[in-house]
Amino acid sequence: MDGVTAAGVTARARIEARADGRGGTALPVLEGGGPLAPRRTRAHGTEARVLLVGAMSGPLGGDRFAVEARVGEGARLHLGSAAATLALPGQAKGEARYDVRIDVAAGGELHWLPEQLISARGSDLHVTTRAELAPGARLLLREEQVLGRAGEEPGRLTSRLTVRLGGAPLLDQELSCGPGAPGGWDGPAVLGGHRAVGQLVLVAPGSPANPAEARMLGEGTALMPLAGRAVLVSAVAPDALALRRRLDEALALLTADRK
Amino acid sequence: MPLMSRAALLVLADGRFPAGGHAHSGGAEAAVKAGRVTDAATLERFCRGRLHTTGLVAASLAAAAVLGLAADELDAAADARTPSPALRTTARRLGRQLVRAARATWPSPELDALAKAFPKGAHQPVVLGLTARAAGLEPLDAAYCALYESVSGPATATVRLLSLDPFDATGVLARLAPELDRVADRAVEAARRALTEGVDDLPAASAPLLEIGAQAHAAWPVRLFAS
Amino acid sequence: MHLDHTHTGPEAVSADARRPDGERRALRIGLGGPVGSGKTATVAALCRALRDELSLAVVTNDIYTREDAEFLLREAVLPPERITAVETGACPHTAIRDDISANLEAVEDLEDAVGPLDLILVESGGDNLTATFSKGLVDAQIFVIDVAGGDDIPRKGGPGVTTADLLVVNKTDLAPYVGSDLARMAADAKAQRAELPVVFQTLRVENGVGEVAGWVRERLAAWTA
Repeated sequence: MDGVTAAGVTARARIEARADGRGGTALPVLEGGGPLAPRRTRAHGTEARVLLVGAMSGPLGGDRFAVEARVGEGARLHLGSAAATLALPGQAKGEARYDVRIDVAAGGELHWLPEQLISARGSDLHVTTRAELAPGARLLLREEQVLGRAGEEPGRLTSRLTVRLGGAPLLDQELSCGPGAPGGWDGPAVLGGHRAVGQLVLVAPGSPANPAEARMLGEGTALMPLAGRAVLVSAVAPDALALRRRLDEALALLTADRK
Repeated sequence: MPLMSRAALLVLADGRFPAGGHAHSGGAEAAVKAGRVTDAATLERFCRGRLHTTGLVAASLAAAAVLGLAADELDAAADARTPSPALRTTARRLGRQLVRAARATWPSPELDALAKAFPKGAHQPVVLGLTARAAGLEPLDAAYCALYESVSGPATATVRLLSLDPFDATGVLARLAPELDRVADRAVEAARRALTEGVDDLPAASAPLLEIGAQAHAAWPVRLFAS
Repeated sequence: MHLDHTHTGPEAVSADARRPDGERRALRIGLGGPVGSGKTATVAALCRALRDELSLAVVTNDIYTREDAEFLLREAVLPPERITAVETGACPHTAIRDDISANLEAVEDLEDAVGPLDLILVESGGDNLTATFSKGLVDAQIFVIDVAGGDDIPRKGGPGVTTADLLVVNKTDLAPYVGSDLARMAADAKAQRAELPVVFQTLRVENGVGEVAGWVRERLAAWTA
């Protein structure tokens, strides 16, 4: 249940998309509130669009946020957020958690393109994003982490992104940074002083006809075909703006590749 | 399994063990070229970052292989934890080279089966674990070996790349030793947990600059190291 | 030569004379020697001399580039799929002597990809006078020096000069210009090598590599006998 306890806020958004049988996408489940309120916006063709609108700041220490998105066979869902998520220190002790669960059926397509996650000084947040894709499911996913607001030291942030395709692991990456993170996180092997880091994952079965070739997309940005029918764009940048610019360029390239 | 001999660990961890490692810099060549590693202090930070990311992942995969988790599942887990195709190629190439050396050194049906199942090479940490198993070593030994390789390779390479004083490079490794102990314990704990929770539960600590740097390095026309 | 190798293990591991499928593998000949002595030129000349009669391939061990491989590709001495470069991490002698695993992989991959092969030439990166090939990697080795490197090299000896199955003294055409005494080099080589053969060659003349090519043919005849 959603609510506020002494330990912090518990909030959950649930979105379920199904093919409506008329070539469009219906949203039989659209639940949530407080910091995670889903709002349906104008559809684009066969694609339903939902924006997560936060009525509160957070997550703060002790908060538990969860987003569940299920996309059925033949349905297309575009899920975004209205604003950046700002992890802040809270009254409650302990880390905050933000768990995203994605489930896409064969022939379904999900675009999960939230705004940045900003780790503010003193915050402690553990994020997990777990996508289960059936064979033939399509996914476009972006995640961006910004270490501290402008000129600010970051908080503690751990973020794990797991994508499974047909029950087998496709991508599993965890990044841990900020005070108290395992040593070397800001050193020359991991982030090297960059304050923004992001990934773009595209799982697109059957398309492109020619698998993407690995290449550098400018400074600090690499396009990498994964060991399945998928590509990852990984980028580090000095700040959120530069990161978004790099990922936007990569996104344009990937979507152009698919045409 | 053969009787446990701790000395086998020295054979396996020796930088001269003929399994191809000498031609690889563990990302140090890319980091040196980018100006991120310039001296012993930056080498230490580089190695520390490797230890807690790619080192931890490799060590837990190796320890899990010693414990007998399925090699194909571990190999798939390694693929998912290695988004850079250049690093996947490197890991498989080194795995293939290691399985050759291992079969000649500690002949075992398990290693024969691994070589047969992965003719182009399994991920090196998985091979390392099965090699340790064939040598009668423990999960912790395999974890140590993987972790030591994760930092000794870049240290040796940096001596060649920067003409760094070899005593300084060795000092870096010695200073990292207590941290290496802790990560080795963590890796074995994770491997034991994977026995009940499955391989998905293994650590997935990533290092964006290692992955991106490896892709940049693979595209260079002129380089000293293969990776 | 390792004609006595038999197929004992479950599969070929190192210097086994037979491939996992039981077929006799290609003869492997290593070419080593100091930088600039003419190893790559000799490999190129051997390829031209032998490619019509033999199925052959080349592995290069460049120091920090694919330059030797690219020279051979540019010269089109063999189709590109028959030339492979091994990267050596700034230590070319390690890759041919102490840790031969990458080179073994390269020769096996060539046999898998373009085989069956009669002969694989493994060229080392230019190195010093002590660099020799492991017997686990090659069946015979040629050490290439040149007259311009100093006519005292045979006298100084070293593992390459002393123990190589064939010593090639290259660029004899330059001897008058660099003041090298070929007779003295021959006498010194004889003293170091006893009965092991020495060939003096220049690749500036028609069929300059002929004698070395003849030696390779003899080796191959013994290998397949």
